[in-house]
Amino acid sequence: MTAPLLAVDDLHSGYGRIPILGGVSLQVNEGAFVGILGHNGMGKSTLLRTLTGNLPATAGSITFDGRDITRLSPTARARAGIGYVPQGREIFPALSVHENLRMGCLLSRDREEAVIADILTLFPRLKAYLDRPGGALSGGEQQLLALARCLCGAPRIILLDEPTEGIQPSIIEEIIETLQAIGRQRGLAVLLVEQNLNFIASLSQRVLILQKGCITREVPPDVARDRAMIDEFVGMA
Amino acid sequence: MAPDLVGLLAFNVLAGIATLALITLGLGVIYGMMRIINLAHGEFMMLGAYTAVAASDAGLNIWVAMLVLPPLVVGLIGLVLERTVIRFLYGRMMDTMLATWGISLGLIGLVTSIYGNVVRGVSTPVGSFEIGRYGASLYSLVIVAVACAALAGLYLLLRLTRFGLILRATMQNPRMAASLGVSPDRIYMATFALGASLAGLAGGVLAPISGISPAMGAAYISRAFITVLGGGPAILTGTGLASTLFGVINELVSFKTTPVIGDVALLVAAVLLIRVLPQGITGRYLRRSL
Repeated sequence: MTAPLLAVDDLHSGYGRIPILGGVSLQVNEGAFVGILGHNGMGKSTLLRTLTGNLPATAGSITFDGRDITRLSPTARARAGIGYVPQGREIFPALSVHENLRMGCLLSRDREEAVIADILTLFPRLKAYLDRPGGALSGGEQQLLALARCLCGAPRIILLDEPTEGIQPSIIEEIIETLQAIGRQRGLAVLLVEQNLNFIASLSQRVLILQKGCITREVPPDVARDRAMIDEFVGMA
Repeated sequence: MAPDLVGLLAFNVLAGIATLALITLGLGVIYGMMRIINLAHGEFMMLGAYTAVAASDAGLNIWVAMLVLPPLVVGLIGLVLERTVIRFLYGRMMDTMLATWGISLGLIGLVTSIYGNVVRGVSTPVGSFEIGRYGASLYSLVIVAVACAALAGLYLLLRLTRFGLILRATMQNPRMAASLGVSPDRIYMATFALGASLAGLAGGVLAPISGISPAMGAAYISRAFITVLGGGPAILTGTGLASTLFGVINELVSFKTTPVIGDVALLVAAVLLIRVLPQGITGRYLRRSL
């Protein structure tokens, strides 16, 4: 069996002296889609912020592509191939959509215009808005832009933080379809944290449950779709 | 009022605006990009002026001595200071103010011990021309040209280059820029050097029309500071608009009364502006401009 692309071992982290993650261990294989389901406050965003280096790990280790990255800066992790679509999207509001995509291209080895044209085939909706400021887009369009911007850098894994938060259902469907297309065409690994059951079940090959800063169990994706079953397992409502 | 007097006044107003923009731009770049209040800005200008003096004393072409060397030398000094002092203090506004104030005092002391506490000068390389019955300094035209070139150059740098794009993105959200592979540390380093270099340029260009002494920076820092705060977060638009507003007020009142009262009027205008628009002009208007 080949080594996993991303291996997290007994990861601890938190804000100041308040611990949030109390020993998370998980693995994501090359090209796999792993979903993490959890309530608000269970440590989903903290986990991704620790994986991207925006929050220091207080114990444990993160291995990416066989290399220990636990102490690397966010910049170095991005350069290693970890793409990040943060909660709240974090589009550069005063840059145009096109400029936001150009920022995404910094890590790409190919020619900027070719990369953007290629990525826009996955996001036809963005084509009409290229000259608009990123801050003028709706929440859903910003989410698509954040995803497109991340893909422009040709990452090997994407860390997706609650992409459905505050977004209208029609765009959620579009994001699901886009992510499925990306999975089919590009063989990218994705680590998604979510609390939208339908979203996570539609996309994930494996679903892990995060409770109080620990992975408590793994459930099959079709179980995750069933709210009653999930309620019984983890008390999610 | 006679038409030639109006012409002279208009010319002086233009020169006043250009001077204000020139002395503000370097401070504006550093403050606008990094939220660092560089209290050594006046001393960076002083170093630019001394570079011009030293270079022209050494027999260099006066234009090279004024326009080329000062931005290079002071930019390099800014780079060294950023690496050795400023970079450890990002995000701590009070500490950076104290540190840059310390740098300012140190630079004044250093230059005093080298050149002595005397006022020196560089001769103006161009003469004067006439507007009707009045003589006007041709050098003011040079200042206007350099100010326009500096503003335009900065605009093109920010708008058209990849470096400018990264700069703007990092200014808006350094953490997200880092997640896209940018090293904010490097960008801050380059920005600080750029700001220092613009201060050096201002010092070099203004050298022929100012008394050059180790403490000359104090004459500029307050006006530059007021203009940055009045301009608000958009570096170029803010500097341009605030320089225009304050430059017009300063020159017109100076013309009617005395230069001292002109400075007082500038201060009063600044206080009123900040009272009405606490975030500066571009904090309320033209927010998405550069």
